[in-house]
Amino acid sequence: MPLAIFLVLGIFGKKYFKNTSGIIGTLALLASTVISFIAAHQYFFVDGKVNGVYQKIIAFKYTWLAFSPNVSIDMGIIIDPISIMMLVVVTFVSLMVHVFSLGYMKGEVRFATYYAFLSLFTFSMLGLVLSSNLFQVYMFWELVGVSSFLLIGYYFDKPSAVAASKKAFIVTRFADLGFLIGILILAFYSGTLDINTLIERLTAVQSTHFTSIATAGFLGVSMLTWGLTLIFIGGAGKSAMFPLHIWLPDAMEGPTPVSALIHAATMVVAGVYLVARLFPVFSMDASVLTIVTYVGAFSALLAAVIACTQTDIKRVLAYSTMSQIGYMMFALGVSKQVGENGLGFMASMFHLFTHAFFKSLLFLGAGAVIHFVHSNEMKDMGGLRKLMPITHIAFLIACLAIAGIPPFAGFFSKEEILMAAFHSNKIIYGVALFTAALTAFYMFRLYFSIFWSKESHHHNSHGEGTVSMKLPLIILACCAVGVGFIPFSHFVTADGSALETHTDMLFSIAPVTLTILAILLAAAMYKNENDKPAKAAAAFGALYKAASRKFYMDELYLFITKKIIFPLIGRPVAWVDKNIVDGLMNLLATITAKMSVLIKGLQSGKVQSYALYFFGGIAALAVLFIYLWK
Amino acid sequence: MSASAVIFYLIAAFILGAGLLAVTSRKIFRSAIWLLFSLVGIAALYFWMQVEFIAAVQIVVYVGGIVVLIIFSIFLTQQSGKEMPAPPVKRKIFSLLAAVFGIALIYNLINGYRFIEQPARPFSAAVSEIGTQMLSTSEHGYILPFEVVSMLLLAAMIGCIVIAMKNKENIISEIPGDKIIVK
Amino acid sequence: MNGIPLTHIIFLSTALFFIGMYGLFTRRNMITMLMAIELMLNSVNINFVAFNKYLYPDKLDGIFFTLFIITIAAAEAAVAIAIIINLYRSHRSIDVEDATEMKF
Repeated sequence: MPLAIFLVLGIFGKKYFKNTSGIIGTLALLASTVISFIAAHQYFFVDGKVNGVYQKIIAFKYTWLAFSPNVSIDMGIIIDPISIMMLVVVTFVSLMVHVFSLGYMKGEVRFATYYAFLSLFTFSMLGLVLSSNLFQVYMFWELVGVSSFLLIGYYFDKPSAVAASKKAFIVTRFADLGFLIGILILAFYSGTLDINTLIERLTAVQSTHFTSIATAGFLGVSMLTWGLTLIFIGGAGKSAMFPLHIWLPDAMEGPTPVSALIHAATMVVAGVYLVARLFPVFSMDASVLTIVTYVGAFSALLAAVIACTQTDIKRVLAYSTMSQIGYMMFALGVSKQVGENGLGFMASMFHLFTHAFFKSLLFLGAGAVIHFVHSNEMKDMGGLRKLMPITHIAFLIACLAIAGIPPFAGFFSKEEILMAAFHSNKIIYGVALFTAALTAFYMFRLYFSIFWSKESHHHNSHGEGTVSMKLPLIILACCAVGVGFIPFSHFVTADGSALETHTDMLFSIAPVTLTILAILLAAAMYKNENDKPAKAAAAFGALYKAASRKFYMDELYLFITKKIIFPLIGRPVAWVDKNIVDGLMNLLATITAKMSVLIKGLQSGKVQSYALYFFGGIAALAVLFIYLWK
Repeated sequence: MSASAVIFYLIAAFILGAGLLAVTSRKIFRSAIWLLFSLVGIAALYFWMQVEFIAAVQIVVYVGGIVVLIIFSIFLTQQSGKEMPAPPVKRKIFSLLAAVFGIALIYNLINGYRFIEQPARPFSAAVSEIGTQMLSTSEHGYILPFEVVSMLLLAAMIGCIVIAMKNKENIISEIPGDKIIVK
Repeated sequence: MNGIPLTHIIFLSTALFFIGMYGLFTRRNMITMLMAIELMLNSVNINFVAFNKYLYPDKLDGIFFTLFIITIAAAEAAVAIAIIINLYRSHRSIDVEDATEMKF
């Protein structure tokens, strides 16, 4: 399918198609998007249902590496509700980003490389969502990590960009270690790497696999919990959950369309997708779900607090992403498997779907603003609403959506999440509510700072942006509005059967009211330039300072690595490597050299010595053959 | 002990003595003369073994040709009067050891082997027979080696001339048989 | 004249051969090395003739070998002298220790 096209573009696009590569990449992606829409249509409306339950279809299976008769790494494509949904999301958002980049990245020297990397990333992401085998997921996981590394570090002459891409890669790699161990644990106990079989084996309570994994313990906790927790760690790294979130703000060094693609819609939701894919197994173990819930909620809250204090618009959006993913995570956490209780799962997936649209819209809008103003900082902007009308409207729509105002998309998905939280855990509900208010606050702070607060001194130097930049904004804005109305629950649920949901109007009053209050507060503080923000910051004092410094997380990490890991672990290992391993090699070399010096003396150049040796050899051979050969 | 046996032992002693002196003499000219004596002794041995033709060839070629050639080359390299330096002691000892070891080995082998002698039949090495066989084309004829050896002699002649020729600037190659441009 | 067993003659030629070998290893002068080589060749000749006479009296092969060896030895000595003279020109000495270009 589109995988082949992406491979071609990824490999050949760099060399052969210089200026047209953008067009080619976009066209290819357009084709893939159309295909994915057709596939979705087929699946959801025509074929997929069997007895009212959406089946998982294995479209394609090829045994690649067989470790034993039972455990083998197959390459396969699985088609089930969440994978089709992700297919649509990934291709559509990627298409928008491609079109936008035609305008944003115009004039870049490495234009073709950029599109090649974009195609590579899309390919890896699609592979990830379509994988039917756990190890295949891991492979594409790593591929996604590599592509994001390439894309974040696209401006490789900026040292901050290089550092950021390294940080992203290292942190996610570190999380992937946990992921790999988790995979191995699960594969060991269930005897298979194929996702479907794995789920079957580990969810049937009577099966031997389940009992063995549930009873085998390590440090007092069952192996099932260990395996699932480790897998969750992997997902948390990729999805920037606390405490592995440090790479996400720095990853904003990449070009803005890249941030839209990777950090809004696709890569960061890979973790959520992983948990959703293995959800039946997760739901067997309540402790893991609790971990998921609390980590998600805490990340959401933390990110929202930090976002209130940032001045770089992309960083604000990054923390907002982290917060929203936290929402998705804890929605999964509070969910259960079957029927009504599967509300959290459905809500999480729905939020993923809508979030993709409005977050990418936000990023692309920010990209347009940055392109216009040539700076990332909020203090350089202001009063842009007259200068960039289309961007202004699109941005406003996206902010309303993320804040959860009806009838925009975010309202519906957020409501579902809040309802799920309300049903299972009141504390989480409270946290979620507060975070929703904070979300509205900082988003509108951002909005007002960019478009309202002071009179702009920018003149209309090069216009708002080309058509290619405006078009995606418009399309995504329409989606942000309309997508909320899709009866998502009919399509994607935990166990495949349709779930009837209804929006409870009474229930929604509390969140919406809080949100509107937060918006008004933000308007009061930021709409016109004044010193209220400064006073508020002073009032919060230490909390504000800590939040604006991201709660010193980075410093903590740096401390740990520099003071503890490097001297205690890194140095000794390096010493061993240099002196013992290398020393052994050097010893071999020295011995050889010494021996050769010794033997060298035989080649004296004197004919008679040679003759002597010659005769000696003959005599020895003669004696050997005549007397000693039996 | 018959007279021929005595003569044989005398000749043998002469040969070996002269040979020893040839390889250990300090002065090069003396060494050449001792070699000459040794070769003459070997010719005497051939006479005693009743292969007169070989003896004659030995004297004509070896003594009259090669030793004279050696003596001329000693003159050419202006070495005749001087004393030659002695070889290093280590080398002498090793060589002596090697030689003694070799002799012992062969002696051992010879003694262990039963040579089947056939003294009864007469041995005639008449020149006419030699000549006939050398030029015959039958199975035991040596005409082919004869011709080849003549070619070899030709090649050796040309080669010597080329190698020993005084190097003028215009000599292009020293491979015998190549065209040589000499000014 | 055949009171002498074959082994005596063989022993004589062996001794001569190893005397020549000793000279080959020991002598520093290239011309004296050549002389030693001649001694060795002669010892081989004696061997051939003796074997022919004692073991195969009705054939003449040994004699022919001897003849050819003498011939070839002559040619070889000539070429050797030519080489020695050439080396003398370039090294100004016929000491074999001075021609050590093949040293490591």
